[in-house]
Amino acid sequence: MDDFVLQTYGMTKEFKGFTAVNRVDLNVRRGHIHALIGPNGAGKTTCFNLLTKFLEPTHGRILFNGTDITDEKPAQVARRGIVRSFQISAVFPHLTALQNVRVAMQRGLGTSLHFWRSNRSLDCLNDQAVGILDLVGLKSFAGMAAVEMPYGRKRALEIATTLALDPEVMLLDEPTQGMGHEDVDRVMDLIKRVSANRTILMVEHNMKVVAGISDAITVLARGAVLAEGSYAEVSDDPRVIEAYMGSAANDELVEAL
Amino acid sequence: MTETFLTINRVRIVVLLALAMAVPFVTYPVLGMTVLCFGLFACSFNLLLGYTGLLSFGHATFLGTAAYVTAHALKAWELPTLPSLALGAGAAALLGAVFGLIAIRRHGIYFAMVTLALAQMMFFVFLKAPFTGGEDGLQGVPRGSLFGLIDLSDDTTLYYVVLAIVVFGLWVIHRAIHSPFGEVLKAIRENEARVTSLGYDVARYKLLAFVLSAGLAGLAGATKVLVFKFATLADVHWHVSGEVVLMTLLGGVGTVIGPMLGAGVVVVLQNELADKVGSFVTIIIGVIFILCVLIFRRGIAGELNELRRRVLGDARSGSADGG
Ligand SMILES: Nc1ncnc2c1ncn2[C@@H]1O[C@H](COP(=O)(O)OP(=O)(O)O)[C@@H](O)[C@H]1O
Ligand SMILES: [Mg+2]
Repeated sequence: MDDFVLQTYGMTKEFKGFTAVNRVDLNVRRGHIHALIGPNGAGKTTCFNLLTKFLEPTHGRILFNGTDITDEKPAQVARRGIVRSFQISAVFPHLTALQNVRVAMQRGLGTSLHFWRSNRSLDCLNDQAVGILDLVGLKSFAGMAAVEMPYGRKRALEIATTLALDPEVMLLDEPTQGMGHEDVDRVMDLIKRVSANRTILMVEHNMKVVAGISDAITVLARGAVLAEGSYAEVSDDPRVIEAYMGSAANDELVEAL
Repeated sequence: MTETFLTINRVRIVVLLALAMAVPFVTYPVLGMTVLCFGLFACSFNLLLGYTGLLSFGHATFLGTAAYVTAHALKAWELPTLPSLALGAGAAALLGAVFGLIAIRRHGIYFAMVTLALAQMMFFVFLKAPFTGGEDGLQGVPRGSLFGLIDLSDDTTLYYVVLAIVVFGLWVIHRAIHSPFGEVLKAIRENEARVTSLGYDVARYKLLAFVLSAGLAGLAGATKVLVFKFATLADVHWHVSGEVVLMTLLGGVGTVIGPMLGAGVVVVLQNELADKVGSFVTIIIGVIFILCVLIFRRGIAGELNELRRRVLGDARSGSADGG
């Protein structure tokens, strides 16, 4: 039997008559690194917003471990174990790297509404937070405000914050966007490492990353699923090549193919 | 380093407290108490604007509601002083919960508009309600005594009681900001969507911040009744809601003590200049405000902090070079 952690049936999102996501059936297998690719404007980020309930789907259902989560609130979905990152770096700029990670972890203590308690009560999380920072190579940045960190490190911090919740499914929206080669390699390696014991769904433009670490690929074009399969299957598909040819912004894939 | 930082903070607190305690010796206690009450009011407002990023434009309602309730409790029900204050602050917090439930899911200017509209409705309620005394307000409210022991009719005695109440209020704010709850608030101010994506029901945190802020604004309003012995429509007027924004920005948004300084400047200017220049005082305060927004964007406390940070930062890097 197939073991899917995340599934959608006919997931659709219309914006004032414009269909950004069109009857998408996603099947994300447990433990996989699943890449969602497609030209700019294909609807990938919108899919993420739908899966995490930041947007309400116009039609369709979303299942997590077989449970229908279509009508749940974003925070509820996150508490179930589906945690996302954002396409635009989403760190807390004026908190230190350590505080960024700790904010995610402190929910587990159940004291987050306790306004009468000292925040020193959160210090018990520090060691664990530093451990997570260490995992993403940010240990030496622990005391630095996120705003002062180099771009590539900010993205790593975002992953660390997501990781702090130990999510069952991690959604990463273009984790290597705008990075130099070195950073890309580092983040790719990081994703591979943190994928143990969890499922990762990622939007990624860098074909080296997609080819390198993904177990399955879904190609979106104009809001609909164009192709699905392994990297070899998808990159052989003439429709995929054509979709990418049509969009000059994605020379990279064309080259990679 | 944390150690010295704490000591510096403690020294600052002691100095400020000593200054505050000396006030009755250099000026009228009533002026000092007015500054303290509006200062607490501004600090409570800042808990929302500075630490949660919510601009409430109806905060006078909480100040005024508490004032009416406390005045009524003291005058009509003849309750002791402290329970009357608690009742006033509690009523404001309760009203804050109602306002909050209605407004909290709105963002930015819409949030401000909803709070303003609700505050205007409350103004009308207070104008018409039988227990508020309409246009006249509640006059001649007795101050009562503290535990039946300390008579509060003497202004200087009352000053120290008011100082204690305000210090308590500031302590609550300090505690809330430096609590697990405060950490989440700061994160919400920095990036609300991200906090949601981490599994927090952001609205609950904002609502609690709103209720706390309303309750503390209420404490300020209740205390003010003791000072002036009356509660009137002036306290619930939108002017006051605007003034508190001004005090907070002038003093330094997002700093614990800044709004108190801002309130000091505004209250003292109004007091000093009202006889001399009449209604020009609004223009003078307006000009100061504009200058502040254009040149000293961090406000008084913010600029002082920045100065200190620079001096300390230079000193630190200097010694690092030396070592
Ligand atoms: N909130 C919105 N309102 C209207 N149109 C939107 C909204 N969000 C996205 N879109 C449109 O939906 C399409 C898909 O966008 P998006 O999901 O961001 O694409 P991708 O992430 O694949 O580049 C785009 O044409 C975009 O303009
Ligand atoms: Mg996108």
